[in-house]
Amino acid sequence: MEFAELIKTPRVDGVVLHRPFMPTVEGTLCLTGHHLILSSRQDTTEELWLLHANIDSTEKRFVGSLGTIIVKCKDLRVIQLDIPGMEECLNIASSIEALSTLDSVSLMYPFFYRPLFEVIEDGWQSFVPEESFKDLESMTDEWRLSEVNKDFSLCPSYPSLLTVPKDIDDESLCKAASFRHGGRFPVLSYYHKKNAMVMMRAAQPLTGTNGRRCKEDEKLINATLCAGKRGYIIDTRTIAVAQQAKARGGGFEQEANYPQWRRIHKAIERSNVLQDSLIKLVEACNDQSHSMDRWLSKLEASNWQSNVKEILTTACLAAQCIDREGASVLVHGTEGTDSTLQVTSLAQIILDPACRTIRGFEALIEREWLQAGHPFQQRCAQSAYSNGKPRSEAPVFLLFLDCVWQILRQFPCSFQFNENLLIMLFEHAYASQFGTFLGNCVAERGKLQLSQKTVSLWSWVNRPQELERFLNPLYEPNNLVIWPSVAPQSLLLWEGVFLRWNRSTKCLDEAYQEMVHIIEYNKELQNKVNSLRRQLAQLETEDSPLQTP
Amino acid sequence: MEHIRMPKVENVRLVDRSSSRRIKVGTLYLTATHTIFVGKGSEDRCELWVLHSLVCNVVKHKASQSGYPLLIHCKNFQVMQFIISQESDCHNVYISLSRLSRPEKYEELYCFSFNPNVDKAEREHSWDFLDLKAEYSRMGLPNKLWHVTPINREYRVCDTYPADLFVPQSVTLPVIIGSSKFRSRGRFPTLSYYCKENHATICRSSQPLSGFSARCLEDEQMLQAIMKSNPGSRFMYVVDTRPKLNAMANRAAGKGYENEDNYCNIKFQFIGIENIHVMRNSQQKLIEVSALRSPSMGEFLMGLENSDWLRHIKSIMEAGIFISKAVAEEGVNVLVHCSDGWDRTAQVCSVASVLLDPYYRTLKGLMVLIEKDWVSFGHKFSHRCGHLDGEAKEVSPVIDQFLDCLWQLMEQFPCYFEYNEKFLINIHNHIYSCHYGNFICNSQKERKDLCIKEKTHSIWPHLWENKLDFMNPLFKPDQSQNQGLLRPRTAPYCFKYWRRLYNRFDRELHPRQSELDCLMTVKEETQQLEEDLALCEQVEHQIFNYHPHKSKQALWSLPLDTSLANTPQDYIGGFIGGAPNVFTLQQGERESAELCLFGDKPKSSDADNSDQESGVADFSSHSSGEESLPSEDSVKDPDSDETGPNRA
Repeated sequence: MEFAELIKTPRVDGVVLHRPFMPTVEGTLCLTGHHLILSSRQDTTEELWLLHANIDSTEKRFVGSLGTIIVKCKDLRVIQLDIPGMEECLNIASSIEALSTLDSVSLMYPFFYRPLFEVIEDGWQSFVPEESFKDLESMTDEWRLSEVNKDFSLCPSYPSLLTVPKDIDDESLCKAASFRHGGRFPVLSYYHKKNAMVMMRAAQPLTGTNGRRCKEDEKLINATLCAGKRGYIIDTRTIAVAQQAKARGGGFEQEANYPQWRRIHKAIERSNVLQDSLIKLVEACNDQSHSMDRWLSKLEASNWQSNVKEILTTACLAAQCIDREGASVLVHGTEGTDSTLQVTSLAQIILDPACRTIRGFEALIEREWLQAGHPFQQRCAQSAYSNGKPRSEAPVFLLFLDCVWQILRQFPCSFQFNENLLIMLFEHAYASQFGTFLGNCVAERGKLQLSQKTVSLWSWVNRPQELERFLNPLYEPNNLVIWPSVAPQSLLLWEGVFLRWNRSTKCLDEAYQEMVHIIEYNKELQNKVNSLRRQLAQLETEDSPLQTP
Repeated sequence: MEHIRMPKVENVRLVDRSSSRRIKVGTLYLTATHTIFVGKGSEDRCELWVLHSLVCNVVKHKASQSGYPLLIHCKNFQVMQFIISQESDCHNVYISLSRLSRPEKYEELYCFSFNPNVDKAEREHSWDFLDLKAEYSRMGLPNKLWHVTPINREYRVCDTYPADLFVPQSVTLPVIIGSSKFRSRGRFPTLSYYCKENHATICRSSQPLSGFSARCLEDEQMLQAIMKSNPGSRFMYVVDTRPKLNAMANRAAGKGYENEDNYCNIKFQFIGIENIHVMRNSQQKLIEVSALRSPSMGEFLMGLENSDWLRHIKSIMEAGIFISKAVAEEGVNVLVHCSDGWDRTAQVCSVASVLLDPYYRTLKGLMVLIEKDWVSFGHKFSHRCGHLDGEAKEVSPVIDQFLDCLWQLMEQFPCYFEYNEKFLINIHNHIYSCHYGNFICNSQKERKDLCIKEKTHSIWPHLWENKLDFMNPLFKPDQSQNQGLLRPRTAPYCFKYWRRLYNRFDRELHPRQSELDCLMTVKEETQQLEEDLALCEQVEHQIFNYHPHKSKQALWSLPLDTSLANTPQDYIGGFIGGAPNVFTLQQGERESAELCLFGDKPKSSDADNSDQESGVADFSSHSSGEESLPSEDSVKDPDSDETGPNRA
């Protein structure tokens, strides 16, 4: 097969693996088409299986004939391999380099991976748009499912089925699409059952410098307003950035043309800035110096926490407009595939208790990220250790997960899932045996035939055996809207991701186990008491005739 | 009473700091001991009680349209803003409070008037709750190496030390006296902690009066005797917790540090914890950061960094780690001192003790530790906490830093502490409140002279009675015992900002659901279930073994409703701030929303922020919903449960 020529040395003995907070392992290093494997061939020590796709960058060093390769992974782990023999080391390094930067998607591991478990529920079929539309239909008849994008020609990054106002015909949709960046005309993102308000998302309108307008676009979004009501347009960019976009043909909705809408500008950073922020943050976390000042100033300079705050604040604003103001909302930035999705998906977590269940959260990711055309392939091509020229990678999805984690920390009993699910999603978005996060949009995934050729992440996660790991023992369904605090004091560094490999989790794991134990023991007792009571009550009724005087 | 110019002001407005739009209108009362605000109306009825002794400063602000603002900062980090409509009223309140919050005599302090409904015997008994003798015997003392010297019984050798002090058996009285004359304030080396397992000890003293070249034979003999009291070791550490430069500067004043050439077998070590003035300024900056109104992330992080607070916490922790390792791993004695040996020395000895001995990670153990290393050894609570009007330069958050270190440890070792952070916060509150007599005065002698035990109450039994609130549900006693020495990590990111303390009263900043409260409720419920189960089993046993029909009575007497009443729904409902308090894009905000169209953005995002942060309902939820929020951190004075008007 085609990988053989990339693997110059498939096997080296006597390789020593160093990982922080773990004992060193000496063993045999093997390279396969998709994995770097290190095995001591003893049962007692764990083997290392590392997907080449997980490797972000490598560094080589030589001391005499002993070579060292530092492997930096997309999940932020850094490991060190000591390889005897200069030639072996060079060969291994160049093989890893080649295998971890394969260009062709169809050579990726998901196309070769065969699950060792039985697929009970095919994750590719778990969350189809028709199903979520059925839910919507049960609440309102104001919307319809349009097939206008059936062949992805109107908007390549949209799915084939889109939820639009009932009164807007496909022809108008086509016109509105031509007025929006990338053809991303306003579509339904979320319907707030409580007050029938909606959240829509789109890309920026193409007003350009001469203030172009589009009647169909105006009609389309006005169709979502109740009579006499006003709506809010949340532009995730600052007014300055939005102004600048005009020069490149983009822009924002002019009040004159959208008199029923009030526009609010926020300041979520663009993706290239976010990538830089991630790199700086991870650098700060890996800094070995013991200076407190240096840590805090580096953390501050990375701006990561500011980004978290800004995104969360914008999502809260959207949620408040809907729930408190009783207004409908349209969210967009520039392309409508990044900050827009962060805001719409987080707002749903705040508003909709269903999104706080495992199933609902998966559906949310499927709907608001995968179907909505977040370019995962591009954004997750590299992570914090990339030293090449940045192309379009950016931790947009990771920031979303971080924000979810912040809400989870503030409402530890309101989520059915725990932090592990979020970390797992981060890992799989960057490197995975599953096909879920391959491709940039629905159209691409169709072309790649992912649903036939690869296994869905959801097929695996939703197995009862796996789910257990992701369940939050403190969960009690909470039907309220949950409003997180976005004060800097309330937003924490997500240690589970950023300090994950720099700390021992023994004490934290112990605490988690203890928490699980406390709750399980309580449930066990409850069951015991209940069944005893039932028994007693039964005995009681049997006895009662005797008892009556 | 003569200081109260104005006992009552009507129509006072209490402004919520997180959102200036939320305002309570009510009446402000000044009593001899408390400032009380009672909100008007049935819906937003709230009561706010603040002890005068907790008031740190009172500031009048420039008059605004709505009246004359008065800002009250408290030592427990509560900040209140009142707006009073008449200038003269505002001024009178200001003058009265300024005087009331700065008592000139001990007798004015609240603990001398605090009179709960207990008789004399009970009060005296409350002072016997902790017994330091018992603590030393828990350590294994006295033994053939260490004994109590009677030398300071009358506080003649050192008036800031306790009466009972442990010294090596081999040390003679002249040696002690000689050594004490060679140490600042007579604070000669004496035992603080003894490790039964390997005989290693932590001893403490003040700096030697060595100047540039002076030496003292008795002092050298003293250290030699301490070193020898540990049969297994060939040397001892002398840890000077000050930065080297400070210690050297002290030499010019005839003080200084031990010269390794003069003392046999000592290893001398500087640790570099800053002095009380640096710490006071640092905390001041920290408090300013914590009180910023809707700061940006950058402002907050830079402010935190500039305060240097976490750097200081780290240095204290590192000193504690150094000492605990010397004792546990090397089995070597350590003598710790700073200048006077009552600030940094107390911090470092007690942090090391917590790391070394699981006992100090229990409720009772922490009380004992504070009583021993801080109270008995003469940490100057009155000066450091500013109980009386006096030298502002003497005030310093030395014990705050110790509590902060403990909190950092609890974050790293969630299962090894019997107490939770509420316990620390409560202790912090009472150190400053002057509600109990424990933390009054600067030394044991002063307390004795003032008859503290006869005239005031002790805090410890009170905390012990409420211990259910202070238990850490995750505590695993066996684990903690086995763990022995705690080895905390000291990478910079392991030190965090203690939001629960510094933003204690800003409820909207804390998680809306508390894992801790949740687990505590579950544990309580589990206990109830265990009892139910035992009862059920007993009943079943009766049914099967005796006359079945006779068991009926017992059966129905079961607390059948407990399982229902205790279903987890209980703990969830109470804590949820289901909705932001007032979010309607109001006038001001509409304007800012408009403004941003013209590029004036930052203000609008600020306005938005403050709204996002408004998650939980405010004042009213507390007075009406006591049971919904077990934490007592709220608008109400935390002590009010005992200090209501009818009892005080």
